[in-house]
Amino acid sequence: MSASINYDDVEVGDELPGRTFPVTRASLVAYAGASGDFNVIHWNERVAKSVGLPNVIAHGMFTMAEAGRVVTDWVGDPGAVLDYSVRFSSPVVVPDDDTGATLSVTGVVAEKLDANRVAVDLTATVEGSTVLSKARAVVQLA
Amino acid sequence: MPLNRDYIGRKYPIAEPYEVAREIIRRFAAAIGDPNPLYTDRAAAQAAGYDDVVAPPTFLVTLNLRYAGDGPVADPELGLDYSRVVHGEQRFTHHRPVRAGDVLSIVNTVDDIRDAGANELLVTRTVITDAAGEPVADTVSTLVSRGTASGSAA
Repeated sequence: MSASINYDDVEVGDELPGRTFPVTRASLVAYAGASGDFNVIHWNERVAKSVGLPNVIAHGMFTMAEAGRVVTDWVGDPGAVLDYSVRFSSPVVVPDDDTGATLSVTGVVAEKLDANRVAVDLTATVEGSTVLSKARAVVQLA
Repeated sequence: MPLNRDYIGRKYPIAEPYEVAREIIRRFAAAIGDPNPLYTDRAAAQAAGYDDVVAPPTFLVTLNLRYAGDGPVADPELGLDYSRVVHGEQRFTHHRPVRAGDVLSIVNTVDDIRDAGANELLVTRTVITDAAGEPVADTVSTLVSRGTASGSAA
């Protein structure tokens, strides 16, 4: 393991570099194939609307994966993520256009733990609405 | 109809191990748009101290989905109606990174079933070990079964 961030250089309240991620219909098709989650609500507007959704929605696990990139980009080594948990608080609705939805993710160091570990709290929103809550990663630093 | 609470504690071991191939990690990383070289470049992974490329922190969802048909979600006796299900919470606890070449064994357990208003929560835990029997990861999924709590309209 080779985390690029030193525990001693990090303080509670430090912000990780935030970023935005596009979520398009093409993203969902690719994720369906790679993950094996072919639930129809993630690619078929007719079926999504028939079960009461406003439109096709993203896989929650896709949103979780994208949010996790703020942590792995920060620490460099994805193997440094010891624990990662989220609550899916509302769906990411993905319109059938070229821009899709835009997921905004920020992260902050919430706690310094023992053995050079830190807890990072993530915020994930689409157009200002929270889509993940209680999103936290425990990360092994150098 | 409510879920069968007698199934709390039931274990679903998977007979066929899951072989983690370099190409499935590459495909997963591409699907989440992540260019981190540790997912695709063996030399970079070795420079970071790994035998082979590592998998993204949420990669083990592929394993859960691969065996979903053998687990509690698909057990008719448990009584889950998948059209009512939304994903509530997900957790991955990694004891070590998943690497290409891993041969993983899986035991899926129904940890809890409980009411949450008109809904029920089905909490399942997957314990994942490697070919040597050493722990690799635990995953905990909370699925929301909408409107199936006893006394609710559904």
